[in-house]
Amino acid sequence: MTAAQAAPRPLPAPGAWRGVAWAVRRDLRLALRSKAELGVQLLFYVIVATLVPLGVGPDSVLLRALGPGVLWVAALLASLLALPRLFAMDFADGTLEQMTLSPYPLPALISGKIAAHWLATGLPLVAVSPLLGLQFGLGGDELVVLALGLLLGTPTLSLIGAVGAALTLGLRNGALLALLVLPLYVPVLIFGAGAVDAVRTGLGAGAELSLLGAGLLGALVGAPLAAAAAARIAID
Amino acid sequence: MLESKQLAAQRGAATLFSGIDFRLAPGDALLVTGANGSGKTTLLRIAAGLSHAAQGTLSWRGVAVAPLDAELRAAVTYIGHAAALKDELTAEENLASQTSLHAGSADSGAIARALGLWSLDRQRALPARALSMGQRRRIGLARLALVPRPLWILDEPAAALDAAGLALLCGMIGAHLAQGGMAIIATHQDIGLSGPSVRGLALS
Repeated sequence: MTAAQAAPRPLPAPGAWRGVAWAVRRDLRLALRSKAELGVQLLFYVIVATLVPLGVGPDSVLLRALGPGVLWVAALLASLLALPRLFAMDFADGTLEQMTLSPYPLPALISGKIAAHWLATGLPLVAVSPLLGLQFGLGGDELVVLALGLLLGTPTLSLIGAVGAALTLGLRNGALLALLVLPLYVPVLIFGAGAVDAVRTGLGAGAELSLLGAGLLGALVGAPLAAAAAARIAID
Repeated sequence: MLESKQLAAQRGAATLFSGIDFRLAPGDALLVTGANGSGKTTLLRIAAGLSHAAQGTLSWRGVAVAPLDAELRAAVTYIGHAAALKDELTAEENLASQTSLHAGSADSGAIARALGLWSLDRQRALPARALSMGQRRRIGLARLALVPRPLWILDEPAAALDAAGLALLCGMIGAHLAQGGMAIIATHQDIGLSGPSVRGLALS
């Protein structure tokens, strides 16, 4: 096999972290180049969370009771809004098939994409949520727990959503993604809004936040693998 | 070396092709020709490990490989119809991004040389959306020089290329074969590649 040995040797398989870093860097750069699209999602969150107090009226007790649920539902829908774009562009322009052929593991590349997606779409929601909470008359502790819950919950939403986005690649029907993903968002919604309620009623939010954290860890392990498997099916 | 035995592919209920046997030793090239819709792209995707064959086996260095086999993945450069370019990124950023995705040498000197080779110096900082079809194709082909792989699988590489680009491509493929590389190229035009190691495979 001397002839075969003369051929250029394949490169050694590089580490998973370099794959994650590649995807984070590239997707963040792309996100920064299309700021308008990012703005839509944040704007949606701010508008929904602002319209509800205007619609309900200045009943402070009612607003405080509604606040956590409304803010979480708005975050959930805003997160859903950004999902279809997660893989669709890469699928259409051939990047996704190049990613599956990359020597980096596909789940690592997809983890990086999800991380960049959360940094670009999830983190801004977390950052503005205390401000929006003020409109509902939430107090200091409640605002902290709201932001903390969103900090743990929105990455979980991105991770679960990525599986749905990968599974619905190539389908024209956008509603299917929402139908697939929203039921899986429900536990995050319940514990996230529940955490703020727990603080408001004087109970600690420790249990709810722990559960959100556990959910995040579970999704971190499972979701990139599932999304990668779904993406491979879409490519074939 | 890459070898196929009795490969077949289906689209829906119809058989695209069946009984495809080929054997590529180092230095060999396979020119796949055929009418539109005859399954050239499908055959290339199977050879690159992207798609499943309906029947038959593909083996790489004597070992049968499944789609997305790690060994095959590390040995192949596949350039398909889709250029995998991002409109928002510049020519330079696109090439650097593609190169580092495939763990090639993406330092700025190497990228600049590859862009120069394909006469894209002046388009270096232009966003890909401002480039012509031929220039987009050239960015994709520039990766060949940056990511050393023994097996090149090129789907219509000559599409949208001008005469100078075609000559450059031919020269690169010739040099690659001379160094013991292998290539599978789908085309429906004469790209000027010839020699004893270049064989044709006509799909009907």
